[in-house]
Amino acid sequence: MKVVGFLLLPAGWFLVLAAIVLFAAPPLRDAFVLTGVAVEALGLILAFRSHLIPREEKG
Amino acid sequence: MPVPRLTEATTAACLFFIFLVPLAAAGLALMNVGLGRSRSAGHMMMASLSALAVAGLAYFVCGFAWQGVIGGPAHVLNLSGKSWNWIAAEPFFFRKLFSDGSAASLVALFQIFCVGLAALIPLGSGADRWRLRASCLSTGLLAAWTYPLFAHWVWGGGWLAQLGVHYGIGRGFLDVGGAGTIQVMGGLSALAVAWILGPRRGKYSADGMAPAIPGHNSVLVLFGCMLALVGWIGLNSAGAILFTGGETSGAALIGINTMLAASAAALTAAFITKVRFGKPDASLTANGWVGGLVASSASCAFVSPAEAVVIGSVAGTIIIFSVEWFELRMEVDDPGGAISVHGVAGIWGLLALGVFGQFQRPVLNVAGDSLPSAVNGIAAGQWLAQLIGVATLLGFVLPLTYCVNRLLNRFYPFRVSVEGERQGMDLHELGAGAYPEFITHTDEFLPR
Repeated sequence: MKVVGFLLLPAGWFLVLAAIVLFAAPPLRDAFVLTGVAVEALGLILAFRSHLIPREEKG
Repeated sequence: MPVPRLTEATTAACLFFIFLVPLAAAGLALMNVGLGRSRSAGHMMMASLSALAVAGLAYFVCGFAWQGVIGGPAHVLNLSGKSWNWIAAEPFFFRKLFSDGSAASLVALFQIFCVGLAALIPLGSGADRWRLRASCLSTGLLAAWTYPLFAHWVWGGGWLAQLGVHYGIGRGFLDVGGAGTIQVMGGLSALAVAWILGPRRGKYSADGMAPAIPGHNSVLVLFGCMLALVGWIGLNSAGAILFTGGETSGAALIGINTMLAASAAALTAAFITKVRFGKPDASLTANGWVGGLVASSASCAFVSPAEAVVIGSVAGTIIIFSVEWFELRMEVDDPGGAISVHGVAGIWGLLALGVFGQFQRPVLNVAGDSLPSAVNGIAAGQWLAQLIGVATLLGFVLPLTYCVNRLLNRFYPFRVSVEGERQGMDLHELGAGAYPEFITHTDEFLPR
């Protein structure tokens, strides 16, 4: 889960970069950028969840 | 394109503002000390001083060479007919810097303080358990590579700054005083360090409780806030002159906005903690104050005082809930609140510029080109430029920082031993406590 989370972060960023290069028209470009940010958010959620402390290690 | 030149009066004003910046570093260091345990206070101050020293030297060796200045030499990629300026190509060791009479030397002076400020931020999240030498190594990597790279993209005429010129996205990514370049950069490093180190022993119990470990000296924390205000006014004013082509006369508005944002954030934090806990919480109010300063950094030159109050209030609100969320829900032990104060509030500040920014004057941010002022002060697509900058911080800077620190942790473990943590970092790593007179000698109380 940790690896996937940390792979999704740059994957979302590449989507953002691709949107800037490939789409000149604002609506499509903006939507693509927002999609990239959403992918990053997903990666961030996975990264956080993968760092939760296992119950046996608490205390 | 030559490096822009400043008039003598502007240079003098800029120098004055730059010399205020170390006060921000002093303020942050005091806050980190006060929010940690008393048995690690001396170690934290020593780590802060070491971080400033290592960051300055690393930046001198190669950091500035990769960051560069607007209009300086750089490596450029060509993608679909547009140039993407991705890294500077200045000589190492500050060579050829002080002889040309341009703004480059001022930028170098400003940045050598800024990189130290960014390096102090992760120390807050690693308090009470991050070994001194490991923190120095991590700081060296931040100052030599991660910081200069992103700072070039934003302040050195890099591709984020060029978004306006090449793709018509607002004025390009703007960050007047370093909300992203310094604060979010430091906040994300703090998150990576907190993940790698893990929580302090006893912070999380098996039954799901997370007892608060209060800071040991709220006076240091609150005094640090006051020092930080002075430093931040210098930071924001110097940044506006050097990176957006602002006039010295604009410094008054910047000072007002900085003060208002901090005030609104601190009072909001105090009010929320009073409502929730019955009494205002000093450390969270201090966190709110600095969060307001952080949030003001991106937009201080382009918003009205009323908008600065709104930005500060939102920052103060976000920080209270963010600190709790990281600590209780995400189980991230961040004694100094660095992730929320610098990371989260910084991201809010960057986005707030896209929402509230008014561009009545031309903005200089790309290789000497001055973008015209926007129609009715509104720059179309500025929110998108800011969002792209935030996406770059989360999608590029965070994984890079995490991987670099994780790799470093493999070769030189970050975390102090169990015995060292119990004993305290002062005694374990420095051999002497910060407050030796506070030690209670039990033999003094034995009947003779």
